[in-house]
Amino acid sequence: MSSQHWDVLIVGAGPAGMAAAAAASQGGHRVAVLDENPAAGGQIWRRGWNDDEHKPDAARQAQTGKFVASGATLFHGRRVVAALAQGVLETWNDAENVGERFAYDKLILATGARERFLPFPGWTLPGVFGAGGLQALVRNGYDVRGKRVAVAGTGPLLMAIAAHLQEDGAKVLSICEQAPLSQLVSFATALLKRPGKILQGLSLRSSLRGVAYRTGSWPVAAYGAGQLEKVEFTDGKRRWEVDCDLLACGFHLVPNIELPALLGCALEDGCVRVDALQRTSVEHVFCAGEPTGVAGVDAALLQGEAAGLMAIGLTAQAQKLSARVASERGFGAAMEKAFRLRTEVLQMAAKDTIVCRCEDVCYGDLKALADGQNTWTDAKLQKRCGMGPCQGRVCGPAVEALFGWKNASVRPPIFPLPISALSSEPQLRTDSNSAALQEIQ
Amino acid sequence: MECARAGLRVGVVEPRVPGGAASAAGMGHVVVMDDSPAQLALSRYGRELWQKMRAALPDSVEYEQRGTLWVAADGEEMQEVYAKQATYTSIGVSSQVLDEKALAQAEPELRKGLAGGLLVPEDAVVYPPAAARYFLDEAIALGAKLIRGVRPVEAAKGIVRLQDGSALSAGSIVIATGVDTSLVPWITVQPRKGHLVITDRYPGFVHHQLVELGYLKSAHKLTADSVAFNVQPRQTGQLLIGSSRQYGDAEHDVDNKILKQMIDRACEYMPRIRDLSAIRVWTGFRAATPNKLPLIGPTPDPTVFLAMGFEGLGITNSPAAARLLADHLLQRESAIDRDPFLPAHVFRGESAHA
Amino acid sequence: MPEKRKEVLVQVNGMPVTVPAGAMVSAALLQSNAPCRSSVTGQPRTALCGMGICFECRAVIDGVAHRRTCQIPCREGMVVETMQ
Repeated sequence: MSSQHWDVLIVGAGPAGMAAAAAASQGGHRVAVLDENPAAGGQIWRRGWNDDEHKPDAARQAQTGKFVASGATLFHGRRVVAALAQGVLETWNDAENVGERFAYDKLILATGARERFLPFPGWTLPGVFGAGGLQALVRNGYDVRGKRVAVAGTGPLLMAIAAHLQEDGAKVLSICEQAPLSQLVSFATALLKRPGKILQGLSLRSSLRGVAYRTGSWPVAAYGAGQLEKVEFTDGKRRWEVDCDLLACGFHLVPNIELPALLGCALEDGCVRVDALQRTSVEHVFCAGEPTGVAGVDAALLQGEAAGLMAIGLTAQAQKLSARVASERGFGAAMEKAFRLRTEVLQMAAKDTIVCRCEDVCYGDLKALADGQNTWTDAKLQKRCGMGPCQGRVCGPAVEALFGWKNASVRPPIFPLPISALSSEPQLRTDSNSAALQEIQ
Repeated sequence: MECARAGLRVGVVEPRVPGGAASAAGMGHVVVMDDSPAQLALSRYGRELWQKMRAALPDSVEYEQRGTLWVAADGEEMQEVYAKQATYTSIGVSSQVLDEKALAQAEPELRKGLAGGLLVPEDAVVYPPAAARYFLDEAIALGAKLIRGVRPVEAAKGIVRLQDGSALSAGSIVIATGVDTSLVPWITVQPRKGHLVITDRYPGFVHHQLVELGYLKSAHKLTADSVAFNVQPRQTGQLLIGSSRQYGDAEHDVDNKILKQMIDRACEYMPRIRDLSAIRVWTGFRAATPNKLPLIGPTPDPTVFLAMGFEGLGITNSPAAARLLADHLLQRESAIDRDPFLPAHVFRGESAHA
Repeated sequence: MPEKRKEVLVQVNGMPVTVPAGAMVSAALLQSNAPCRSSVTGQPRTALCGMGICFECRAVIDGVAHRRTCQIPCREGMVVETMQ
């Protein structure tokens, strides 16, 4: 193997990517991990500016310990923007304004997931954030001490996010979960087989003592003069208002499949199709974690490990993980079912509610196009929906949920870049002797 | 739209997205182009029809009379400025010569030291997919039928057969399929690949459609790949940056080598473009004919007519071509000579299997 | 409690704002209640996703427009402006 190549290149340094790196580094393989964030850990484990004030997370500590000990090289702050022929990825570093190339023999995609946003009146007001979004912004230094926060949307992360916000000094007023209690109860029953997950849930619940958790409830509208002042909620029967400074609202997760799609990996139901050994439809390309179907951190760790083993040819060892991977993916499927969107949350938007935030395209404009013949492309070409810099990452999943239009096209660069980047010849990165490796333990 | 307006019963077959191919890929520059007398007459007529439609166009078409500014880099190109002005004047198209100082005032982001330019103030910028949709919606409002989502596989002798096995019968069939010649395989239309970059919004960065005068030199080499400085301000404040021309590459993939040349060329003329944020890059195909003129009119099959092969001037010429075509169908007189565009010129005696 | 943290002083729309070392520019904007940008129809917007995906947090940093503030760490003396 040429020294110009990384034996294994991993995209994403969340739980799946870290586990993959630890597994693939065995036997002295040269492994590089690219991550777009300022530090490793992914959206769930990434370290914040005041991390030392938080309670340590044992699973995170164990995994990051293995990752650091593995000898894999982390290149953080790199966003993959294009894929060249013959196994080369092109990255862009926004903070440093520099592009680089990484050549690989085997590639593991661990690109994680992002929040799904659904439009409702007032969701574009300053003070309204994604749920994971607010948590990330706090991690990035936003001081929420003393702020009154309402949490809403759907998914198992709402409670964890509320607990974190509380720990950071916010006053969490209530959590409104759109899923009905009946669905959650059957999910909880399924959890009985997984004591670890129940313990996680219980510890969250205890740190949220006194915070109302309302199931079957969703936002009607957010109000405020230039800044959020209150949110109106409903359970379908009655409506109530919550005076608050911030609203943290997200509707579970959608997998980040743009890079796998760019590489030509086959998709299935909006996820990357993999076999029991994490192989995608493209030779030498593996995928692990949320892009294969949102199933949480335990699935990501196992899939990452399996992908790492496969990438260095340890098929038999990877096979030993298959049953546990399948079980965790089953958990993911049950979770998706428990938190599936009710029809009412697909009807929150009013005619003048903005759906595409980059281009300010309103729900009414898109609704007028929904004649059974038009497609996502028509919405783009005729209404500019998804034509802004986020390239449809925010409105795409919303439009798919609302109108059934799928955003099919993925073109390089998959993120906006300075024009100069299009004309430069990025340097090929083959070494680890840079400031790239960051202490994450 | 022209046919529907003339009272004909019209059906439009669109297998995919209306305005979704070359219209969605192109810049949307309405420009009088002087590379041949026939093209000059057609594009002037096209621009005139755009101007007449202007009041009726919906906002989504984003019609803006930005004017084209042909940029001359040196004294030699300045000579071309005067020649170009003489040509425009001869057919009543107004233009204005700018010297070095006036050019810098008109477009402060251009690099210093350029010789000057020719401003053609009545040229315009539109958003082609919305324009295509507007033409279609007007036709539909007049009773035209849109048959969408199914591919036509054969069009001859008054019958259009569709992929789903159904057939449509028509007195006249108009083939307007851009670079796709599958319905008229005896026609030679070469796909000529182009790249475009769109930036985020920078209102006021550029004011006119800017094209280097070297453009004509590079655009009309029929064989070699070429790039030219060509930047367009969109109504949104975004900039479209072009242009490239390549033959023999039928792949939609971005060609990094030519993209780099194109960007470098743009930065040569406008250095601060380097720092703008590019939000998308894409490619598209111009339909180039052997005689560099579009094909508008009848074929040996008396039921089949063509309106294709517009190269880079599809949006400029679309209203003119539609008018000429309707004139053919209705045996009306035309405002300009339609002979140069007759498909018969490219048949070269070969028998069409009519 | 940890010792007093290092701080960074930046300017947001001409006003001084102090944020903890390591904070991203988005934090400075939120701290000072300044919107990041004005949307294409003129609405004030602030960060949404916090992870560099939504582009709502774009602002002008040291004269360069369309910078994603949730991805760029504050540096001493940085000049940040709401993008119009």
